[in-house]
Amino acid sequence: MGALMNRILLIMLSLGVFLFGCSSNETDLVKIAFIGPLTGGVSANGIGGRNSADLAIKLANADTSKKYQYELVVLDDECKPNIGIQVATKAAADSKIFGAVAHYCSAVAVGTVDVFHKFALPMIVWGAVLPEITYGNDYPEIHRVNGTMINQNDVAARFMIDQGYRNWAIIHDTTDYGKGHDKYFTESIEKYGGKVLGRFGVTADQQDFNAELTKIKALKPEVLYFGGITPIGVRVRTQMDRLNIPALFQGTSGIISDAYIEGTGNLSEGTLAFREGDSAERLPGGKMFLTKYKEMEYSSPPEAYGPFAFAAANLIIRAVEAVGPDRKKITKFLNQIKDHNSVIGKISFDDNGQNMVPLITKFVVQDGKWVIWEASDYQSGQRQLSR
Amino acid sequence: MDFSLLDQHIINGLVLGVIYAMVAVGFTLFFGVLNVIKFSHGDVLMAGSFAALIASLFLSQLGEFPTWLNLCISLLFAISIMATLGTLIAQHLVLPLRGAPPLNTLLITLMLGLAIREAVRLFYPNGSNPKPFPRLLPENSWIIGTMEIRQDTAIIIVGGLLAILILNLAIRKTRLGLSIRAVAQDPETARLMGINFKRIVLGTFALGSGLAALAGVANGLYYHEIIFDRGLFLGVIGFSAAVVGGLGSLLGAIIGGFLFAFLQTIGAIWFSVPAYKDVFAFVVIIMIMAWRPTGLLSEINSDRV
Repeated sequence: MGALMNRILLIMLSLGVFLFGCSSNETDLVKIAFIGPLTGGVSANGIGGRNSADLAIKLANADTSKKYQYELVVLDDECKPNIGIQVATKAAADSKIFGAVAHYCSAVAVGTVDVFHKFALPMIVWGAVLPEITYGNDYPEIHRVNGTMINQNDVAARFMIDQGYRNWAIIHDTTDYGKGHDKYFTESIEKYGGKVLGRFGVTADQQDFNAELTKIKALKPEVLYFGGITPIGVRVRTQMDRLNIPALFQGTSGIISDAYIEGTGNLSEGTLAFREGDSAERLPGGKMFLTKYKEMEYSSPPEAYGPFAFAAANLIIRAVEAVGPDRKKITKFLNQIKDHNSVIGKISFDDNGQNMVPLITKFVVQDGKWVIWEASDYQSGQRQLSR
Repeated sequence: MDFSLLDQHIINGLVLGVIYAMVAVGFTLFFGVLNVIKFSHGDVLMAGSFAALIASLFLSQLGEFPTWLNLCISLLFAISIMATLGTLIAQHLVLPLRGAPPLNTLLITLMLGLAIREAVRLFYPNGSNPKPFPRLLPENSWIIGTMEIRQDTAIIIVGGLLAILILNLAIRKTRLGLSIRAVAQDPETARLMGINFKRIVLGTFALGSGLAALAGVANGLYYHEIIFDRGLFLGVIGFSAAVVGGLGSLLGAIIGGFLFAFLQTIGAIWFSVPAYKDVFAFVVIIMIMAWRPTGLLSEINSDRV
């Protein structure tokens, strides 16, 4: 009986594969590449972005009004520039791929833009914030839906000065990403009358920060500004506690993730960070995105940049639907995007392909959640930031 | 050079030294008895810290345990699991390759390390993210003069030093230690004297891996955070420390561990850009190795393991 059932199942399965194979041949198949860090320390963000792009593809395929069938080609850049260039070349060399949703790590993106340009593959950055990615070249293929660290740090500096803080110590990683944050934050904070007492560049995989923090303890800053991403953010925050450093911990968009809160536990309370765009819950399409994401039962959350990856994938799908699978035409279409409604708000690309998102949202950790500053107990005065 | 808070720098360096020494001792033990370099050692350490984390979380699910009991049980669990893992590695991967070139053992354990690392990342829930390690030690501070030392830091330093001391005594004074030293000096003669070669090798691997688990737990308790790829860097440092001290010499490994921590701390105080501290430490280690290729305490001068 068991054997018979197995055989029937096998036949049905192969029939299914056969039928499925046929049906997908009827409409043209368009491939879209997703590139992000799927392994390594920041893979939580990469996987969140991957799932979100996947969601965009699945929703498009379920929509019968679409002219094409889509397939997501997922590639792992491991947050390493050399690997990033390999996989970007792989995507660009595949003639069935007509667009890429690429890169969470700035150090990778800044290296791969040349590849995308050389192969004329239109790409949209979904997470990397280094200004040079869009402003350091005049490649028409390169676009970015999220903002840059210049706006982010300017808003952050203004806000912190308004809160009454004057002295900072900076820890930043020595990648382009960390160095950029250090540079732009310092520029803004000095412009508004703040002072940087000391800055410490650290390697991106450093484990022990006690030596740097001991030096910082001697400087007695009011705020410790951290320019880097989640894994070392977690380490710096926990090791600050061991040395009894009372300073406020201020991060960047790089630590806005559930992983930061999970890693630091109670110590995350009162951590500040800033990010471009509004939070998914408060956007017109955000509710829809979060509900659909939940329905798909992905094993991990979309993380902070998931909505950006979703919006980027949707933009490429829209371009393909409008002008057909042709890399040059898609690039041209994307460059003309103005006031496009998306899950992250309106998208308009400037001459460099940069989305001119006007809004920077301020976040504070409250009871184990990233809460928008305006909605927090800290804003209403019920709780106080550490001083 | 900035020497403010020198006492704090010394304490930071001591903790690092204790952890590095525990890792280095493992490398030296394995090299001593079998002439092999087991590159998965750092990942065994990491797996040990995850084993302790699982045990501790499980205990807190069961009910209210005093923290010291939670710590003891988690520690024992981690040590016994890693000792078993060490024995299995020795039995199934290292001993069968005894006739092969040593490069093969090095490669196979390197790959095993990768497998352990990726297994933790894939099978532990959200394993790519750093995980908070439970705070199982008292966190009050003692103030001695101008110096402030936290109790958990002191316990880690003293506990680690004790573990190394006990291991040293065990190797010098006990029957098992005598057998280990006999196998290290001459496996063939040791066999002729009635020493069970295989049992001693397995025992040594259990001992070294158990110590790695202890180092892993100390690392977790100190940083309050563990991550799947922590073992890689600690493995490289532990191995360098063992080599610079004299691979095969127990005292050399301990000296090497503390030397490395000392160099890192000096580097951090010395340079205004602390990112240079690892570069500085490794450059000095390279210079020492060029000066004394067999290590500070080479095998000729000292008893092997």
